[in-house]
Amino acid sequence: MDFHTFLIQLLNGVQYGLLLFLVASGLTLVFGIMGIINVAHGSFYMIGAYLAWWLAGRFDSFWIALPAGIALTAAIGVALETFIIRHLYDRDHLYQVLLTYGLILVFEETRSLLWGDDVRGVQIPEVLSASIRLTETLSYPVYRLWISAVCLMVAGLMYWVLQKTRLGMIIRAGSFNRDMVQSLGINVQLVYRIVFAAGIALAGLAGMIAAPVSAVFPGMGNQVLIICFVVIVIGGMGSVKGAMLASLLIGLADTFGKVIHLEAGGVRLLPELSSMTVYLLMAIVLLWRPEGVFGRRP
Amino acid sequence: MIKRRRFLKGVAAGAAVAGAELAVPALALAQGAKIKVGLMLPYTGTYAPLGVAIENGFRLALQEAGGKFGGREIEFFKVDDESEPAKATDNVNRLVNRDKVDVVLGTVHSGVAAAMIRVTRESGTLHIIPNAGVGVATGALCAPNVIRTSFSNWQSGYAMGVVMSHRKNAKSVVTITWRYAAGEEFVKGFKDGYLKGGGKIAKELWVPFPNVEFQPLLTEIAAVKPDAVYAFFAGGGAAKFLRDYAQAGLKDKIPLVGPGFLTDGVLEAVGSAAQGVETALHYADSLNTKRDKEFRLAYAKAFKLQPDVYAVQGYDSGLLLAAGLKAVNGDVSRKKELIAAMEKATVDSPRGKWRLSRAHNPIQDIYLRKVVGVENKYSGVAVKALDDDPAAMAACKMR
Repeated sequence: MDFHTFLIQLLNGVQYGLLLFLVASGLTLVFGIMGIINVAHGSFYMIGAYLAWWLAGRFDSFWIALPAGIALTAAIGVALETFIIRHLYDRDHLYQVLLTYGLILVFEETRSLLWGDDVRGVQIPEVLSASIRLTETLSYPVYRLWISAVCLMVAGLMYWVLQKTRLGMIIRAGSFNRDMVQSLGINVQLVYRIVFAAGIALAGLAGMIAAPVSAVFPGMGNQVLIICFVVIVIGGMGSVKGAMLASLLIGLADTFGKVIHLEAGGVRLLPELSSMTVYLLMAIVLLWRPEGVFGRRP
Repeated sequence: MIKRRRFLKGVAAGAAVAGAELAVPALALAQGAKIKVGLMLPYTGTYAPLGVAIENGFRLALQEAGGKFGGREIEFFKVDDESEPAKATDNVNRLVNRDKVDVVLGTVHSGVAAAMIRVTRESGTLHIIPNAGVGVATGALCAPNVIRTSFSNWQSGYAMGVVMSHRKNAKSVVTITWRYAAGEEFVKGFKDGYLKGGGKIAKELWVPFPNVEFQPLLTEIAAVKPDAVYAFFAGGGAAKFLRDYAQAGLKDKIPLVGPGFLTDGVLEAVGSAAQGVETALHYADSLNTKRDKEFRLAYAKAFKLQPDVYAVQGYDSGLLLAAGLKAVNGDVSRKKELIAAMEKATVDSPRGKWRLSRAHNPIQDIYLRKVVGVENKYSGVAVKALDDDPAAMAACKMR
């Protein structure tokens, strides 16, 4: 691999990592602050992608579909928290996994009824449809760079809200001691609802902006879900900072795992390595720090 | 050793059952009860439309035969296999042992089909595979009562390989696919056909199944600069790959080819990104034969849907079964003669005439197709009357 190709692969890895962060950050937020393991998180990635396709078709504009889709997924988040998730706060994680797994099935079936099982595509918006020529044969779509920019912006926004605002202070306090915050006269219930809706909206947003480069298809959320769990396990359950670091690590590990092959005398060693790199990384991190890089020690 | 013993036991059991049934007066059977056909197909999940198309095709063949095969009516038993290999053995046992069907039709998913074969080999129930292209079905797992009416993965891979081997401007090819059984079979077929022409495989790229993050591998392809790329992905993965390939600017510089499944059922979602992509399959849009036009019209009339390759495979399953049952006057207990008649039959299919190989896979023409608009347009015959992979055939010890 020459230096030029190496740089492009680096870009690929960072770009994939940032998108992973956008999906995983919502999952780690909901877990870190509310203590809820939401395995239906990937479904909102899928719902976001289908909303992007459906709304873009309705309004004939990706730019109207985007805010409308965010509002819709956030609204679904509020409804879920109000009617279902709030009953789980004091329950064991096993109940949470069971119930949110059930939600996956409900969402898949609802999606099938509403939008069918066909593969769909979303057009890349006109202003971002250009490509930058990198080599004689390879171009890089501007849209992918825009995705990275959006992910960075969202990460910055999350940092600002959590660290610099009063709401962020309450959220952080609530994650340490819910009862104490409540007894100080703060409506923790409302805070939780906001956090859950935001977590869901983040997954939805990731699905929506990924839709034009990806395709929109049934079960697309489940693939993402698994890798998201790897992200939050490596980064430390509940740590947004950790999710960022882990996403980038996984993005790079996955990218280079796919293109670097160990060869000895023309024979490829470990041909399955590419599917394992991400999990190898997880195993190594867990050996080193069982609670994840930025996880709280129990 | 265990395998062989199980196989022998299966044959013995099959023979015993056949013998017992022969004791019942054949004439009474022939005019009396309906023939029980078990449909084990996906009716939910991603493959649901394929399952429906196969059943529709089969029903159209029955309808055209006047609602009877070999003079007997058909009673259907349906099981949704959910494309779930873990449930396959239970599901097929339900049809074979509980409902005691005479014929099992199934299925789409290769893993499920392989599990079904393990059961039907033992029971001796006539088993028609209307899609699953996995090589072992008519290779190491072949059996007298297991018959495939669709294709083997190797066939379309090989045909595309032969086409590319004749092209002067395709001296090096990169292959890219998911690392799982079907992907490996398509690539093996392609190499078997292509390497004979003196070209070389510049690189084999593999993606862990069902991962769809292709960007690093596209960068790799751009760095290798082959004359062409042979790719297999399906469904959502195929749609994403075709879009990524075009967006990376590779489409206009390095021609993309693959088996038909790369571009089947995704063209509306992919739009302009798939234009010009060439694939090989045993069926194509606008074949423009009289037979195909008749079929398409009849299917559209009956189901208010456009037929696809899966509908053709279901239809052909019906035609072949009809030919077999006609020869034994609808007496399914004369299994040996029934199977012999199916082996001898030439199926007059919308895809063109075909017959079974020694290993019970169609010997058929594979077409070259090119994406134009939202159609996989016929652009010629890639290989005429293609048999299956010689390696798979050698592994098939049927008699």
